Amino acid sequence: MRLRAPSPFPLVAGVALAIVLAFLAIPLVAVFVDVPPGDLLRALDDPSARDALRLSLETSLMALGLIIALGTPAAWLLATRRFRGRAVLLTLVELPLVVPPAVAGIALLAALGPQGLFGGALADLGIELVLQRAGVVVALTFVASPFYIRQAVAAFESVDRRLLEAARTLGAGEARTFLRVAVPLARPGLLAGAALAWGRALGEFGATLMFAGSFRGVTQTASLAIYERFATDFTAALALSAVLVAASAAILLMTKLAMVGSEELHGAQR
Amino acid sequence: MRLPLVLLLAAAALTGCGDATSDGSDDVRLRVSAATSLKVAFTAYGPALRGADVSFSFAGSDQLAGQIRSGVRPDVFAAANAELPQALHAEGLVERPVAFARNRLVLAVPADGSRVTDVGDLDAPGVRLAIGAQGVPIGDYARAVIGRLGPASAAAILARVRSEEPDVGGIVGKVAAGAVDAGFVYATDVKAAGGRLRALALPDRLQPEVVYAAAVVRGASQPAAGRAFISGLRGGAGAAALRSAGFLPVP
Repeated sequence: MRLRAPSPFPLVAGVALAIVLAFLAIPLVAVFVDVPPGDLLRALDDPSARDALRLSLETSLMALGLIIALGTPAAWLLATRRFRGRAVLLTLVELPLVVPPAVAGIALLAALGPQGLFGGALADLGIELVLQRAGVVVALTFVASPFYIRQAVAAFESVDRRLLEAARTLGAGEARTFLRVAVPLARPGLLAGAALAWGRALGEFGATLMFAGSFRGVTQTASLAIYERFATDFTAALALSAVLVAASAAILLMTKLAMVGSEELHGAQR
Repeated sequence: MRLPLVLLLAAAALTGCGDATSDGSDDVRLRVSAATSLKVAFTAYGPALRGADVSFSFAGSDQLAGQIRSGVRPDVFAAANAELPQALHAEGLVERPVAFARNRLVLAVPADGSRVTDVGDLDAPGVRLAIGAQGVPIGDYARAVIGRLGPASAAAILARVRSEEPDVGGIVGKVAAGAVDAGFVYATDVKAAGGRLRALALPDRLQPEVVYAAAVVRGASQPAAGRAFISGLRGGAGAAALRSAGFLPVP
């Protein structure tokens, strides 16, 4: 019997990991290193920068609220029912994930714009979305919802069937089972999906610009403000970018902590 | 957190595409950063240029100048004003700029009708207007026009602005989609929009001097081809493409 030589694979994989880490982390670190912290803070002390950040925070949270309120029950249905065309529905729900933001912007204009499919109907109802704050929320909701819904479907699918059946056997209706059993059990997955959706919404650029335009205090989100400043004030653009990087990192970190916490809780119960 | 890799790769591939025009010959590869309003004229001129495969990057002139300031080195920079190439020249980033075309500012409205029929309507209640952002040539020209209407009208008109677009393409899109009632664009943009827009001419007293200038970027990999590209804009295939797109010659 021949002794096998130690496999070089772990080394190769390790090098690949180092390259991946450097490639992904260095640009984000550079945002903070390129400009002295004092200059970054000074650049944020600008009313239009603060307007943009506040608008981003507000619109992304509104979008996230809509996504969770509608997406959770929708994902429950997709996860618990088997029917013809389910795969098609899942694909439709996930499509905005891979559609380019510019296409999302055009598509929203074609559907909800003044000359779009439903433009007339919306106008009759007195609803104006294009170039309005509500339009930003619509654009963010469109691009970010798949991040939550696909995660929520997976989370509900991985909930132990027997627990759900036990709840039903003990007399809980589906609504009660959903709210009191399925949602708490799926919480880590739902949180992870919500964090990804929120992060995507915070960073949205193309669809917002095409559908909602760019106007300070109304539709100019932080990403749009970064793009506008890039040409005239690189430091200010970097400062806003730094805030977005920090916010996105914080969102991801909080979710990881929440998931670890809930796993420990579940572990302790076992 | 388990996004299939395939989906992520597909997303990256779909969103990350550049805009290159190349037919794979041994010609030198010339990279031109140009104002969005030059798109029709330059893409017609590109294939006519001998000895070079030209690839274009179109955006707001100020965005392209910002890229050059942060280290991007195209071979040619062509802007919708003379100030930006001049400023880059003063900073030692580009060679001496050459003026190669003129344009006129117009008020664009949707072809199928608008409540705006004249510059005088712009301050009417309920009118929605799109202009270029500050620092983008089309935005600065529009502000110059609005400023000539007197302080009271100017303030009223600026209050009607619903979007400040990063380049002229955004304004054209917003007007064509009916998202706004009017927008200040170049006369050539209305021609390029192929019937979706109608141009309302501005009185001569409001018309700003719109001069396009180009320069070879210092440190360009193809300076000779860059100079040939620019000289073709003054007389030759480039000049012809500019004329047929509606640009006016420089005196």
